[in-house]
Amino acid sequence: MSDRRQFITGAGLAAFTGLGALGVLYGAKRTWDPLPSVAAAGFTTIDVSAAEENVPYTEMWRGKPIFVLKRPKSEKPNDRDIVIDGERYMITVGLCTHLGCIPAYVGVEKKFKCACHGGEFDSAGMVVKSPPQRPLDIPPFRMDGKKLVLGEEGPEYKKLLADGLTAKV
Amino acid sequence: MKELKILAVVVFFTLVTYWGVEPYAHSQMHKHVEGEGFKYAEFKVDASKGNAENGKALIAGCVGCHSISSQKMAAPMDAVSAAAAYGVNPPDLSNAAAIYDEKFLVDLMKNPAHALGVEHKFDMAAGKMHPMPPMAGDDQSAADIVAYLKSIAPKLEEVTPKEAYENACGRCHAMRYAKWTQIGTVPKTKPNITTHQDIEKLKFDQKVAEYQGSLAKYMGKLPPDLSIMIRARSEHFLETFVENPQSQLPGTAMPRVGLSEEGYAKVEAYLEEVGDPSKSKREAVGPWVLGFFFIFTILAYLWKQSHWKELH
Amino acid sequence: MAHFDKAMPFSNKWMDQRLAVNTLQKVMSTEYWIPKNINFLWAMGMVLAATFGILLISGIFLLMYYVPDADNATAFDSVNYTIMSEVGYGWFWRHIHGVGASLVFLITYIHMFTGIYYGSYKRGRELIWLSGMGLFIAFSAEAFSGYMLPWGQMSYWAGMVITNLFEGATPDILGGALNFPHFVEWLRGDYVPGQAFLGRFFMLHVVLFPLVIMGLIVLHFGTLRIPHVNNQDGEEIDFEESAALWKAGRKKEAKVIPFNPVFLSKDVFVMGVYFILFFYLVFYHFEFAMDPVNFDPADPLKTPAHIYPEWYFLWSYEMLRPFSKNIGLLWFAFAQGILMALPFLDRSPNVAPANRRGLFKYWFWALLIDMIILTVMGKLPPTDATFSAIGYGAAVTFIGLWVVLPFITMMEKPVGGKK
Repeated sequence: MSDRRQFITGAGLAAFTGLGALGVLYGAKRTWDPLPSVAAAGFTTIDVSAAEENVPYTEMWRGKPIFVLKRPKSEKPNDRDIVIDGERYMITVGLCTHLGCIPAYVGVEKKFKCACHGGEFDSAGMVVKSPPQRPLDIPPFRMDGKKLVLGEEGPEYKKLLADGLTAKV
Repeated sequence: MKELKILAVVVFFTLVTYWGVEPYAHSQMHKHVEGEGFKYAEFKVDASKGNAENGKALIAGCVGCHSISSQKMAAPMDAVSAAAAYGVNPPDLSNAAAIYDEKFLVDLMKNPAHALGVEHKFDMAAGKMHPMPPMAGDDQSAADIVAYLKSIAPKLEEVTPKEAYENACGRCHAMRYAKWTQIGTVPKTKPNITTHQDIEKLKFDQKVAEYQGSLAKYMGKLPPDLSIMIRARSEHFLETFVENPQSQLPGTAMPRVGLSEEGYAKVEAYLEEVGDPSKSKREAVGPWVLGFFFIFTILAYLWKQSHWKELH
Repeated sequence: MAHFDKAMPFSNKWMDQRLAVNTLQKVMSTEYWIPKNINFLWAMGMVLAATFGILLISGIFLLMYYVPDADNATAFDSVNYTIMSEVGYGWFWRHIHGVGASLVFLITYIHMFTGIYYGSYKRGRELIWLSGMGLFIAFSAEAFSGYMLPWGQMSYWAGMVITNLFEGATPDILGGALNFPHFVEWLRGDYVPGQAFLGRFFMLHVVLFPLVIMGLIVLHFGTLRIPHVNNQDGEEIDFEESAALWKAGRKKEAKVIPFNPVFLSKDVFVMGVYFILFFYLVFYHFEFAMDPVNFDPADPLKTPAHIYPEWYFLWSYEMLRPFSKNIGLLWFAFAQGILMALPFLDRSPNVAPANRRGLFKYWFWALLIDMIILTVMGKLPPTDATFSAIGYGAAVTFIGLWVVLPFITMMEKPVGGKK
């Protein structure tokens, strides 16, 4: 009889302690969460007015490079193009969608070529040579007059997402 | 029971040690200073008969140094130049009558060095003038100016703790945890992506440094950052110190800023908001953790008894 | 190769063949016999182990965000801004770590005085006492190094003052031939406590001292196993006989209980009560463990009006304060060292509670009260003549108590006829 009492009270204590351990694990998980200041720093405003045709330049957003390319007039328009002040721009995260290296732009070929595994993207960010499987990601953006705020989801971005023209970054 | 006696002995010696090392020792290190409760009894002035219309005419003298943003009156100089000229940037007067004591303000019009409690530093007889000259020659004009300030001031409830702090303290005391410098909030800037230098930030930092240089020269040393002051001093110390700095640190250069009791409550609330933001979380989580251990102890007792009952 | 019978992989028999898990379990747990005649003070060891575990875990979370940079208040802000207000539950780990550091010493002192009271440091238990004192010193070093890390005013000036103790302690080695710089500067890695100082104490606090502590804990448990735990009457128990009674089911007659689950069940209950106190302090009453003076960032140009060490160092601090530097350092070393010598200074063979040991009874309470007086005096301003006099008297009494110990114990009558 006492053996049964010992087992029940012992098991009850162990189970209750387990609950406490879950609480501690929750606290530990929250300690690993990115800090509020990190989340707050995730917004950048870019100004494309100085861009030259076919000459991409790099901005930075959330620690990642962002390609800003004023699309050459000879290139076909693409539904992914972001139109600012009548001009078409390719604005994407500058990381190959295969494994994350930064592809280099070859102006004469109007292609981004990734040195790591040979992937290639055209001037609209579409894949023209594998191994990457999806086009260069467009970061969440909101139009602010002639500027772009990266990190916020404006209606144009939401449409691109809905149409499946970019993946969530 | 024997174990309870042993526990009593252990608790007794622990509490004696605690008493000696904490309450007793601290009472010996810091003699108690009684505050006045923000009564400002030494200001024997009558502010009741002030005429706001007359005050409005006299305010021109004030805006030679002070801005009144609510009345669209800008400061004649930027903060850094003002500090170079006067040692510190004169405060905006829009909320002054809401947070400062009325009697203090009247006395301030007549004799700034006296109201601010810095006559030991600025002795008119010895020729050392306070940067702020007397603005009113008599009681009536002083009361008029204060009446005008009261007429433009918002209700105290409309002043946020942050605004109260920035006006009463923020021109001398930075608060890096709130991104507050003596010349304003640190702006959001971006470094150059190639050089990694943030010229805009560097320019702002230079302005802050120049301001702080003027301020440190004026005060004798740079007033401390107040980010975590709420945990570095007791509630009582801070209250009595702000009410009358000389009572806690005789000879200090810090002026009596003249906050009313309610005005100080706002400032203290801001100090707590910035310096002890986890307080509400602590008070929310505490009962749960303690409750958990109460139940844990009861369950542990049951388990313990199930083994020990059969031993004696 | 030794012979291994067939067994189902990872079954009990299989594990026992390879790791002797059944023997281990008996020796360390289910047949590790503890005397039945004990009180709650016997649980202090496990309470200490639990507190050390809590310090380790809370320390791990703090370590994720702490930055050991002495410049621009970076270290200070990493604790008081990042950890306290930005990190999810960062304030919780910080409060636990600070309160835990204080409580580990409270329980250590209770544990030590329990050992002194019941004579648990002699007749086979000398190494338990010595390894325990080693742990006290290791924890003291761990606490001191940890206190440096927030880089507040108290961190800086405690670092300055304690390293200054060694000024002149070592003359130029070989007239400077070995190019050994001024010892205090060598300790600090700089003229004053700064980045070099913080970096090395960070290393000590996070790696070296914890490893030393863990090693000493293993040793401490090891030295305990053969002599077995003491009991309230100091009675020499025949553990074989009592174990046999227990295993035969005659629990009421047996003088022993197994560590697991019987002793453990009482331990856990005592821990529950302890944790209620612990967390009450963590949430509602923590200023004694997180002194306001250390919430001012370190300022090399301003000494606080009152500097004092944490409460658990105050009695040692008071031992060295009244005296000139070198003498003070000597008395400080004496105070730590003489406690180690207790098993050899106590000349009586009696293992019994102090209240049955004649003059030792008075010696025990005198020591306890003297150390409490030293503790309180260590906190009070030395400028007060009365406090200084009392402190000086208490320091001299401390030395005197240890000088008389061999004599009073030599005169002790055997207790209960047992030799």
